[in-house]
Amino acid sequence: MKTYSGKPVFNGIAIGQIQILKKEKKNVFRNHVEDVEQELLRMERAVAEANEQLQKLYGKALLEVGESGAAIFEVHQMMLADLDYQESIQNIIRTQQVNAEYAVAVTADNFADMFAMMDDAYMKERAADVRDISERLISVLTEEEKEEVSAKVPTIVVAEDLSPSETVQMDKSRVRSFVTRYGSSNSHTAILARTMNVPALIGLDYEEEIDGKKAIVDGFKGELIVEPDEAVLAEYEEKAAQEEAKRLLLQELKGKETVTLGGREIRLYANIGGISDLQSVMQNDAAGIGLFRSEFLYLEKDTYPTEDEQFKIYRSVAETMAGKKVIIRTLDIGADKQIGYFGLEKEENPAMGYRAIRICLKRIDVFKTQLRALYRASAYGNIGIMFPMIISVNEVKRIKEIVEEVKKELTADGIAYGDVELGIMIETPAAVMISGELAEEVDFFSIGTNDLTQYTLAIDRQNAKLDDIYDAHHPAVLRMIQMVIENGHKGGAWVGICGELGADLTLTDTFVEMGIDELSVSPSCVLPIRKKIREHE
Amino acid sequence: MVKFAFVVKDEMGLHARPAGLLVKEAGKCSSKVTIKKGEKTGDAKRIFNIMGLSVKGGEEVEIMVEGEKEQEEAAALEAFVAENI
Repeated sequence: MKTYSGKPVFNGIAIGQIQILKKEKKNVFRNHVEDVEQELLRMERAVAEANEQLQKLYGKALLEVGESGAAIFEVHQMMLADLDYQESIQNIIRTQQVNAEYAVAVTADNFADMFAMMDDAYMKERAADVRDISERLISVLTEEEKEEVSAKVPTIVVAEDLSPSETVQMDKSRVRSFVTRYGSSNSHTAILARTMNVPALIGLDYEEEIDGKKAIVDGFKGELIVEPDEAVLAEYEEKAAQEEAKRLLLQELKGKETVTLGGREIRLYANIGGISDLQSVMQNDAAGIGLFRSEFLYLEKDTYPTEDEQFKIYRSVAETMAGKKVIIRTLDIGADKQIGYFGLEKEENPAMGYRAIRICLKRIDVFKTQLRALYRASAYGNIGIMFPMIISVNEVKRIKEIVEEVKKELTADGIAYGDVELGIMIETPAAVMISGELAEEVDFFSIGTNDLTQYTLAIDRQNAKLDDIYDAHHPAVLRMIQMVIENGHKGGAWVGICGELGADLTLTDTFVEMGIDELSVSPSCVLPIRKKIREHE
Repeated sequence: MVKFAFVVKDEMGLHARPAGLLVKEAGKCSSKVTIKKGEKTGDAKRIFNIMGLSVKGGEEVEIMVEGEKEQEEAAALEAFVAENI
């Protein structure tokens, strides 16, 4: 057994036989040609033939991976027809009196270098496209056939890198995973893996001797396990079966409404901590995003993220969700979640310290920057904003004043914004007790059960000594939730839960009976909860 | 010559697909169509020229149309980019 590590670009488990796709490094020789016109004609015919091949691949890809996956072949056709590209080839043939293969190879190198030097990850990847069309041309010129994958058993395709035409030409019915030495998250391997819903690893440094051996791809850990021993194989077969069961559940419940047997609809949203989670939100078919933790924007940087930087991220989430609700929580940091440039002092008791909205209401500049970015993004989708750690009506009134100032400034600057629902986190016992008054001020409540439980029971969840008395289903907490729902509804606010308790399947029925409007859970919990709600009497 | 400017809405910028769309549309024009970002210019009928400008999402580029039918062709292009790019 030997384990190799790579970077996962799509998760899942695959078990199969390794087939290494060897790219014959085509040796292109530089030959002198006497009849330049004849060589140019040969070139012209090769371009026509390559174009025809691409047209066919486009058709095949359209059927297999749809419009967006097939578009690359249309682009390849345009690249092939590009005048700069063709003129470069023709010039080399003409001025150096050389064979077409050589002229194509030189041109490919020049164009690929141009892309490789660009300061943009996406554009760098396009060097592969230039090489792909050029290799196709050279193949046509030398009348070579490309090696194809036509697997008879479940197969893990391993290669240095995969070009779009290689991946589309494959017979994919038996391909269970892709592993490449090169490539990036933007590469065609990654895109194809996502469309085919198979795990894929990139940047994995393999040895040729693994060819033909049985192996496991762990797309969660990013591992390729070659010749696994029996215990490991059994463990992964079990995991693969669980994945399959999840996939079936997904097929069964995807696209279905989250409605009880009695006909009441519950909004089932997902919690995310960054853009990279969006994929799993889509896969699990959440109806929206109920908690978007905005901290990552601040944690990734060495200084305060600008309005534009934040705006781009919020807009991209709003647009990706295409009109579905996206609730973004404003900055929630404190002495336990430190960010260097905020210069927060160490505290004895950070859970009850200078944190979250308390920081935002002192650092109005930081708060306003985030609010402006959020409101600007609201023109591109259905955005809601919620504020953490609220304990008083005055805080909410102050927040609303600041929001009004931000809106006025945007209007004065001629910048458009949409309708935004404003809500607050209910995570302190104080907020629970005054939830009646708070409901008058906001559009919604989202109950943060983790902090609410910790503050109510006065138990630090990090303290292992208290595990035996920590009761996640403590009646005090459940009664508080009931109270918040009732007060929220009386004041005209809808009420959701975004803490861990929301994903607790043993409480789903209880919450539905209490009258909860929304549950926001981690993406992988969405479908099991949908199933539970659909079975509720 | 007729000029107009537009902001690339696609987050990824003028990547292969939108660049391809622009080439296709510019190819229909009898006029010379030039794309300009900052100091750099390129022929909008050539995909590598456009991609070589490395235009990112949110950046502004200028299109210049020069030829006998420049008026109507510029108007058609402007409508097209507003809708598609």
